[in-house]
Amino acid sequence: MADDYAALNRQREKKRTTLRGLTQINLFFENSTRTQASFELAGKRLGADVMNMSVGSSSIKKGETLIDTATTLNAMRPDILVVRHQHSGAVALLSEKVNCSVINAGDGAHEHPTQALLDALTIRNHKGRLQRLTVAICGDIRHSRVARSNIILLNQMENRVRVIAPPTLLPEGVENMGVEVFHDMEDGLKGCDVVMMLRIQRERMKGAFIPSVREYFHLYGLDRQKLAYAKEDAIVMHPGPMNRGVEITADMADDSDCSVIQEQVEMGVAVRMAALDLLARQIPNDAEPDRGREGEA
Amino acid sequence: MTALLFTNARLIDPETGFDGPGAVRVEDGRITAIAKDADQPTPEGAEIVDCEGKALAPGLVDMRVFVGEPGARHLESYRSAGAAAAAGGVTTIALQPDITPVMDDPALLEFALRRAAETCLVHIAPMAALTKAMEGREMAELAFLRDTGAVAFTDADNAVADPLVLRRCLTYANSLDALVVAHVQDPVFAASGCATEGQFASQLGLPGVPAAAEAMQLSRDLALAKLTGARLHADQVTTADALDALRRAKDDGLTVSAGIAATHLAFNEFDIADYKTFFKLAPPLRAEADRLAAEQAVAEGLIDVIVSNHRPWDEEEKRQPFEAAAHGAAGLETLLPAALRLYHDEKITLPSLWERISLTPAKLMGLDAGRLGVGAPADLVLVDPDAPWTLDRARLHSKSKNSPFDRRQLQGYALKTWVNGKQVFDRAADGVTAA
Repeated sequence: MADDYAALNRQREKKRTTLRGLTQINLFFENSTRTQASFELAGKRLGADVMNMSVGSSSIKKGETLIDTATTLNAMRPDILVVRHQHSGAVALLSEKVNCSVINAGDGAHEHPTQALLDALTIRNHKGRLQRLTVAICGDIRHSRVARSNIILLNQMENRVRVIAPPTLLPEGVENMGVEVFHDMEDGLKGCDVVMMLRIQRERMKGAFIPSVREYFHLYGLDRQKLAYAKEDAIVMHPGPMNRGVEITADMADDSDCSVIQEQVEMGVAVRMAALDLLARQIPNDAEPDRGREGEA
Repeated sequence: MTALLFTNARLIDPETGFDGPGAVRVEDGRITAIAKDADQPTPEGAEIVDCEGKALAPGLVDMRVFVGEPGARHLESYRSAGAAAAAGGVTTIALQPDITPVMDDPALLEFALRRAAETCLVHIAPMAALTKAMEGREMAELAFLRDTGAVAFTDADNAVADPLVLRRCLTYANSLDALVVAHVQDPVFAASGCATEGQFASQLGLPGVPAAAEAMQLSRDLALAKLTGARLHADQVTTADALDALRRAKDDGLTVSAGIAATHLAFNEFDIADYKTFFKLAPPLRAEADRLAAEQAVAEGLIDVIVSNHRPWDEEEKRQPFEAAAHGAAGLETLLPAALRLYHDEKITLPSLWERISLTPAKLMGLDAGRLGVGAPADLVLVDPDAPWTLDRARLHSKSKNSPFDRRQLQGYALKTWVNGKQVFDRAADGVTAA
């Protein structure tokens, strides 16, 4: 279905009426430009009425709890809530308190399901399959929900998953999560089909988790030399936003021969349209106040 | 007051290790006669309590109880805490100074004691702050506070970070022969997460605290106890590594002791699955191997005391994302059944268990409680140690209902509770008699 939507998104007429009459609220407790824009476009192209709310700076600071915010919005009778929150488990908690569909757009360091789906779609587009591939995830695994969701999805599809990072940026027990652990890019990238780079937060660069940006770039930043260790046809991915010159060189990021970063963004809209479409099918077309709701997509 | 005669009882006396049939006579709030393996002749005019073979034991002495009063009475008042304690078979609660305002001033303590005496069904044994405002910088007025009634000194959940400050506090407390209770979690580590570090916390995406944070802090505190000779009690020791350090210190002859919360004997780190905030505790729940080590340590007496670590919170504080939620659990009414599980698992005898939940905490705090002897105060609990039941948190006497034991199968409860010979709880009436 995401393939169909990807095709649709390249047409001049992109509008469908699948979600006509439905209200979608993007509730972002944590700032995000691309995920929020992606969900907004996805909803609009499917004909939903989309509203964006960035709560990070407003009502929470006024002392309103997450649950209050949820019940308030719920009373406005949205059909779909797209939620991002800085705390792990917060989206699931919120979904228990509302009677509409909820999509997890990222919770703490826990999960980011649509990102893993769009990554999977992008990989399949380029490799023709989503099995028996070797995928390296490099960078700040410790704080990354993208890494956790990708590890779950890629393992489910029977791929070999590697993580490459300095030990300070790996979560405890990662070796038991179905991945091979490397601290060296040369060893880790050898034979890889897919190289997935992660963003490293600025505040974690200066001596807290790694000694310096330049040392990190020297050891873990992706440049042509390091990419040469991977398979010749390896693709480079990044969930964005990128720190050019920190985890990836600018020319690598822009090299359309190997970088599929722009395509990830494109697939993001398609995957989210598919997720919204599937979820909307669960919404019964009647006026029952306690209609069923689906959990996180 | 007329005399009370408890007949047909199974007496549990932690002081002598006695567990057998007998009778107890109570006059004017004190035990005046005990007959072991025999029945006592009925004194004229005595009211007879037929125990029907159930266990009659000293009331529990709970060394770690947070009450909201003053400052947060909506969470727990002295009255509601007393009712919860009585229902849980607890006849003495050691209040923690971590309230608003902090109990670091003799006048405040005196007010609290007077207020508690008016409304609380059970005995109050207040702990006072070790440092002013529990900030870990300046020593509180330990001697004045002791004279006002403080039974021990602690900064509750705040570990004193500065070793110079703690060393001076211990030295000073030692001159008063006062007990210092330390929270043995490295404060910097403790502030960095909300679950025990490991694969499970990583999968949940929760920031973890390494279990070593406990052994680190305990080792430092034990070194200071050795340096000063002071009486040190570690509030909660929950990891195998820290228990090893504790064992070495005890073998060295230090006057140190340790407690553990009933929750940490009952649950492990996996219980926080689905981000259930009722299981968010300080210290966080541990790995199963640590839980088993703690059970063993309780059985052999390395851990001296089991506490409820009663920390009432309302729904607002708990209905939050795990990282943002308050830590702690209401525990006064589940201390007894949670502790009894060790007895049912044949890890400990009832008299030994009663040392951990009654006699030893009383001794540590210098209280005359926890004994079943002539002259002892008639703080008694009649226990059915075997009765199976399911906890419904809505029926707790505590104002706050944040019990991790909600809907759990438990075994054993208090049937009746007496304080100074006065009945304060009767399970058959399913309520608490008025104060």
